[in-house]
Amino acid sequence: MTLVYIHSENGLSKAAKEVVTYAKKLGDGVSVITNGNTAADVLTQLGEYGASSVMVDRSVSIEDHQQLLDLVVFAAEKTGATTIIFSHDLTAKAIAPRLSVRLNAGLVSGATDVPNESNAIRVNVFSGKAFGFVKVNSAKRIISLLPNSIQPEITGSACGVEEINSGAATGRIKLITTKKPEGEIPLPEAELVVSAGRGLKGPENWGMVEDLAKSLGAATACSRPVADIGWRPHHEHVGQTGVAIRPNLYIAAGISGAIQHLAGVNGSKVIVVINTDQEAPFFKAADYGVIGDAFEVLPKLTEAIRKFKAGQN
Amino acid sequence: MKILVCISKAPDTTSKIAFTSGNTSFDENGVQYIVNPYDEWYALVRALELKETLGGNVTIITVGNAVDESIMRKALAIGADDAVRIDAEPKDAYFTAMQIAAFAKNQSFDLVLVGKETINYNGSQVGGMIAEALELPFVSLASKLDVAGDVITLEREIAGGVQVVEVSTPAVISCAKGMAEQRIPNMRGIMAARTRQLTVVPAVEIQELTSYVLYDLPVAKSACKMISPDNMDELVQLLHNEAKVI
Repeated sequence: MTLVYIHSENGLSKAAKEVVTYAKKLGDGVSVITNGNTAADVLTQLGEYGASSVMVDRSVSIEDHQQLLDLVVFAAEKTGATTIIFSHDLTAKAIAPRLSVRLNAGLVSGATDVPNESNAIRVNVFSGKAFGFVKVNSAKRIISLLPNSIQPEITGSACGVEEINSGAATGRIKLITTKKPEGEIPLPEAELVVSAGRGLKGPENWGMVEDLAKSLGAATACSRPVADIGWRPHHEHVGQTGVAIRPNLYIAAGISGAIQHLAGVNGSKVIVVINTDQEAPFFKAADYGVIGDAFEVLPKLTEAIRKFKAGQN
Repeated sequence: MKILVCISKAPDTTSKIAFTSGNTSFDENGVQYIVNPYDEWYALVRALELKETLGGNVTIITVGNAVDESIMRKALAIGADDAVRIDAEPKDAYFTAMQIAAFAKNQSFDLVLVGKETINYNGSQVGGMIAEALELPFVSLASKLDVAGDVITLEREIAGGVQVVEVSTPAVISCAKGMAEQRIPNMRGIMAARTRQLTVVPAVEIQELTSYVLYDLPVAKSACKMISPDNMDELVQLLHNEAKVI
């Protein structure tokens, strides 16, 4: 049996559908354990992606990692699961390593594919500059799947949803406040990202970055210098020491493409680079390049996107 | 305040990544090792700042071979008081974490700090594993850390935002950007670190749970297609028809 833990706050995320699809591909039966407020008649749709049953414990807080860990342990024991799957997000980073020790189960973090013919699982290593193939030596295994690695696939039909009470106790970490910027697309989940660097010359010029992002429905990001001098918030910094992202499309304007920046974005499927300097190293990592001034190119690109979107409707 | 900072070696960011022995091991030829940036810039520097304001002691620990002593001396040069090496090849995150947990078990550290991940294996595993083995709370991906008495206040990253949490010492914390600024060791620190005694501890018997069996390099990108800045409609068409991303 394969057990999948998903977040199910306000409906089913794409990441949730991805991990259930992934679990189904492993071949065993798939049970899902979740918490949160998503209604049972929505959770039942997980059956379409391969789940045979869903358990939901609404008393467990999404914020309490210790309680979440106990919930997953409870579900693993109840189902007798030998494989446990997470999406490789911040929650998985908090609880999967603990679970690995608790269950003596090898942990493969950030899997990008299903196990190959010799049962090794591909992960990104060296900050995306290489792949490694990891084998688990223990009887049980835990896999956290890098978001946007596989596409959700509908293979089945609605499944049963069981409301449970695991009795998981609250943890020792006390929550004081949560700050979530409203209405923004969280960067690690974004499929389209528009990013800019020092080439924009000042925070007052970010309007054109936001305009392009808005026209695409993209998230905004920035390079490290821009976050360090305070033009943009730190959570927008992508790169080696910031957030690593792998969207379908990454548009970078006024970023030279230092190796540290590339380490955070080299998992992107398609990269567009806009830079005045034709020698900018970023062009070597790009799929499409525009040599030109971001101040001219960005508004033109926004206009072209708007025209394209209008033509589609 | 007694703080343990776990450090790991990592290849310098500009190192060429290559593999040997039929792509089964990392080619260390010509590779310059540094202290993993998250361990150094955030975990170690914040530990030193806490020591400077609250008093106490900062011990760094690594699991590795004698060649890894250069990163231990770097940490001492920046300001750590003691340096410990568990004498073993770090086979996987579990092996590494269990070695550190075995060392820390009876030492009553108030804080155990780790970087949020290494830049070579990017697993983000060791901190949580140490916490579980020591039965301590674990706060992952903290970007701020303050201590008052036995209460630690932290800011941590959560999906799409940040959260402020409190936890009592002792605890294990993984440290991310924002927690401290990089410190460059001065010449006096570097000279003093050269002759300092390093503690070497034998490894405990641990069976690793995972193994890297093969490595591979991504296929090189084909040449970048250049588009005139006056022809953004063409770019949009390429993104739609060729790249199929919009």
